[in-house]
Amino acid sequence: MRRAAHLTRRRLAATLAVLGLGLALSVVGATLVGPAPASLARALAPGGAAGPDGIIIFRTRLPRVLLGAVVGASLATAGTALQGVLRNPLACPHVLGISGGAALAGVLAILAGASVASLAIPAAAFGGALGALALVWFGARAGGRTTPHAILLVGVVFNTFAAAMIMLVEALATYTQVRGVLFWIMGSLSTQSYGLVAAVAALALAGLGWLVRHAHDVNLLGVGDEDAYELGVDVEAVRRAVFVAASILVAAAVSVSGMIGFVGLIVPHLLRLLLGPDHRLLLPASFVGGATFLVWCDALARTALGAAEVPVGVVTALAGAPFFLVLLRRSLRRAAA
Amino acid sequence: MTARLVAGGVTFGWGARLVLRDVALALAPGELVGVIGPNGSGKTTLVRLLAGVLRPAAGTVRLDGRPLAAWPRRELARRIAVVSQDPTVTFPFTALETVLMGRAPHLPALAFPRAADLARARAAMARVDVADLEARPLDRLSGGERQRVFLARALAQEPAVLLLDEPTTHLDLRHQAGIYDVVADLCRREGVASLSVLHDLNLAAMYCDRLVLLAGGRIAAEGPPAAVLERARLAAAYGADVHVGVNDLTGGPLVLPRPRPG
Repeated sequence: MRRAAHLTRRRLAATLAVLGLGLALSVVGATLVGPAPASLARALAPGGAAGPDGIIIFRTRLPRVLLGAVVGASLATAGTALQGVLRNPLACPHVLGISGGAALAGVLAILAGASVASLAIPAAAFGGALGALALVWFGARAGGRTTPHAILLVGVVFNTFAAAMIMLVEALATYTQVRGVLFWIMGSLSTQSYGLVAAVAALALAGLGWLVRHAHDVNLLGVGDEDAYELGVDVEAVRRAVFVAASILVAAAVSVSGMIGFVGLIVPHLLRLLLGPDHRLLLPASFVGGATFLVWCDALARTALGAAEVPVGVVTALAGAPFFLVLLRRSLRRAAA
Repeated sequence: MTARLVAGGVTFGWGARLVLRDVALALAPGELVGVIGPNGSGKTTLVRLLAGVLRPAAGTVRLDGRPLAAWPRRELARRIAVVSQDPTVTFPFTALETVLMGRAPHLPALAFPRAADLARARAAMARVDVADLEARPLDRLSGGERQRVFLARALAQEPAVLLLDEPTTHLDLRHQAGIYDVVADLCRREGVASLSVLHDLNLAAMYCDRLVLLAGGRIAAEGPPAAVLERARLAAAYGADVHVGVNDLTGGPLVLPRPRPG
């Protein structure tokens, strides 16, 4: 793909405007589809909000669509930031142990008797993610310094450990408990309150802001720690800030939606192929693009099998993988030509 | 002229193994100093110490009288630029984007370039003959083109001190000389203090005002090229017999390896 020789504010604003418009239309569009018929006109008519159409659209679908948007935005933005700062295209929220920590804590909360609808599970998962973040960061640190390599290794090891712990816990749990755990881990956006959506959105926006502030430093880290240092970047401080901000995004997303895979891996890649590698554009674009992607995947999850619901994590992987492969093949062929 | 970058008593090692011992060096505005020496003699380590990337175990490196560690990172990046041997390329930034990164220490956090920054970046690219590669992603450039793009980035940084670590390894004959023409010009006309590691002793003799010969982590000789490039000295440092003749072009020394008979 041909692109301009450098990023200008105008191209940044224009690209984000287009993506933003796409997201707005997606939110409206996805709210209108679902297994049960509902009319927006009737829902918006005087008194309609309390009628069946209003309840389906405003109580069931819209909070779910909005939650999907916020979770997709968080996962994709975190993925972009982690890939950039670790200089590794395979980095994603789920290989770094952050979501493993969240899942383990969430599972323990379920087994401790927390009901699936209670706030105890998201709270535990959020805490678990932050615990994992601290473990991975300090585990990878030596002599006051970290390397991308060490962070990735420790993250992968911790994630495997967390997965094994979850299996151990499942082996010891009752059948009903295991079903609850499985369902939660597979990832779901099923109905949440507007309050919870707003809380996650606030965290996500704060995380995005924090990351964007460091976007150009992340660009400079892409040419190596030493070159970045020589260009005036405080390498350790930037890596720490980005790692913490990305982890908070992941923690917020995983704590309310379980382990929705693939969004944090393929949306960053897709956008990098389309828009180029500049993180000043890529980070906000991932936020909006990740939101749009998950909103549509969830719409598909809700409608593909009629009344039965497909776990949204299954849809993200099934829809994402082939699409991603096609795109990757195209860019590989271009590079080989 | 007073030196800008001064290393005094600099010692550095990895664990117990010392790479550099008691190195003293001063770099004045307008001069081009060449660092030569066999593989593993500590040349790259010296550049990294002078750039502030590594901290000496003993001794100090000072810029304008102030230890490097006491300078804020960005302030230092406005004054010292480094061209390293083989820069990492993870993401396919374009050549122009890469050169614009040299403006980062002069710009606020998000580093959107102003018209003047773009002009500087483009001038730097023209100077090292990569102006026509502007929109080309780094992963679509040859090793030599990439090396010149990274030199352009250092020029765009507008440093007072320029450190180069074998900047011509991937370059053809024309561009080897071209790079040092640019660096020499930068020293003479803009008073940049420059230090370059070189493998090619003849390029070193032609372009450098002064040479530093490193051997076994110590300065074995320092002075004008004709004084340092002496047969016995080179033989001792490199452990190889050489022929030192006269370069017809410059009247300076010409060093050739001497094949072993038989």
